[in-house]
Amino acid sequence: MEFKQLVFYVFSAVLVFAAGCVITVRNPVKAALFLVLAFFSAAGLWMLLQAEFLAIALVLVYVGAVMVLFLFVVMMLDINVARLREGFGEYLPIGGLVAVLLVLEMSFILASGPFDAANMPEPATAAAGHSNTRELGRVLYTTYVYPFEIAALILLVAIVAAITLTLRRRKDTKYQNPATQMRVRREDRVRLVKMPAEKKN
Amino acid sequence: MEFLLNFWNGLPEWSQIGIVNLAKIVAIVLPLMLCVAYLTYAERKIISYMQVRIGPNRVGPRGWLQPIADAVKLMFKEIILPANANKFLFIGAPILAIAPSLVAWAVIPFTDTLWLTNIDAGLLFILALTSMGVYGIIIAGWASNSKYAFLGGLRSAAQIVAYEIAMGFALVGVLMAAGSLNLREIVHAQAGGLHQWYWLPLFPLFLVYFISGVAETNRSPFDVAEGESEIVAGFHVEYSGMPFAVFFLAEYANMIMISALTAVMFLGGWLPPFEVEPFTWVPPLVWFLLKVSFLLFCFLWFRATFPRYRYDQIMRLGWKVLIPVTLVWIVVIGVAMFLTPWGYLFH
Repeated sequence: MEFKQLVFYVFSAVLVFAAGCVITVRNPVKAALFLVLAFFSAAGLWMLLQAEFLAIALVLVYVGAVMVLFLFVVMMLDINVARLREGFGEYLPIGGLVAVLLVLEMSFILASGPFDAANMPEPATAAAGHSNTRELGRVLYTTYVYPFEIAALILLVAIVAAITLTLRRRKDTKYQNPATQMRVRREDRVRLVKMPAEKKN
Repeated sequence: MEFLLNFWNGLPEWSQIGIVNLAKIVAIVLPLMLCVAYLTYAERKIISYMQVRIGPNRVGPRGWLQPIADAVKLMFKEIILPANANKFLFIGAPILAIAPSLVAWAVIPFTDTLWLTNIDAGLLFILALTSMGVYGIIIAGWASNSKYAFLGGLRSAAQIVAYEIAMGFALVGVLMAAGSLNLREIVHAQAGGLHQWYWLPLFPLFLVYFISGVAETNRSPFDVAEGESEIVAGFHVEYSGMPFAVFFLAEYANMIMISALTAVMFLGGWLPPFEVEPFTWVPPLVWFLLKVSFLLFCFLWFRATFPRYRYDQIMRLGWKVLIPVTLVWIVVIGVAMFLTPWGYLFH
């Protein structure tokens, strides 16, 4: 077995194990941490495919930013595992049906041809000076510039929507206004009072 | 001797590569750990002199063995596990905190020829790794099973996430100026002397990067994680002995790493300030170490100078000041490069 193959199997095994744990582990914080591990192993697999930009971006965006915020929320929620488990048997048949359907669909798609080893050959070894990042940028900002910009716009709209939905102004909170603080002179705050001594001698 | 040579040649190629790389890693990490130890000594001494004190002077000549004594003390202390804490995550958190700051040294070019790896996406790799450091903190806070530690962890994590964005944007400016993600090429793009280094054309980004670096490492004046005088220590309040020492090491290793990165991105890495005779005699490695030492001195200087920020002021500075500054400067660079004849200023 080649070394690269060994690395591939290690990463895939960890990925499958972590993904399984995400849905089976009881504690939601641990589930989120297993998701981090899954992202990490997926990034390792992409690295093997010579997609170093995508692999590092996956770690940077999902592991470094998205999952941290996820963990924040999950840690602060008071999740009652017992209540979550209520009605497990009730939903099991429907859930099982959906799962079986999904597995069937996926296996049909994978078996139908376009994902064959013949259609998806191993990527050609890149030349020494080849920069994955540069090529990606070139395609993204020339051929696909409009879809790219539209995606960015949609994200912006989502951000604005989320902020407007949760923006509440409370009247009794005290704000600090740095500009007025910086403008304050000594005369505004300190008053010197001349006062004679009250008792003689 | 001959026996060793034969033994070496008898090994398969992959294990030869592995052993050579391991040796290189040890050659980087061991001096780094020594630097971390003596950085704590330097910190105490420098701050002492700034406050007209003497500082540690009892262990060894002039207190030179103080860091060793500290390390020995921490090693022999008991590791206390809080009740109902998650043992695996509790012990794993300090490791998660220190690992990224050690791994990042893999791509840092010490000189033009002295580096462990020279990968094309070096800058991205650094960004991805620095974004990993927050896990150690957030997991430590959660796994301690203590409300103080948990709140402290959330507080530090929110601070780190906020400043990471400003840091990333500052590096986008470097990337635009150098036109490469490779750290060696970034240094090469700054060749030509002091005025060509990126601290001048990218001055706002340089400031933002260094300030964010100080905030990212939880150093004073952003050290709300351990504001001893006003609150209990932050995420590491339940830690003792060696796990605490590892957090401590991680903080100082991060300081050295941020200094090295600032030196590479903005202060011309191993390049001499003037490319004329007496300056070019000094070996490149010495220039690099001098720049790193200067930035580390700045870290300590800040600690001795500035009072601690209040938490809402930290957040305001990160989100409302530093991030807009970087965004504006990125637009300025882009417009100057592509629409005006002054683009050469940024190359």
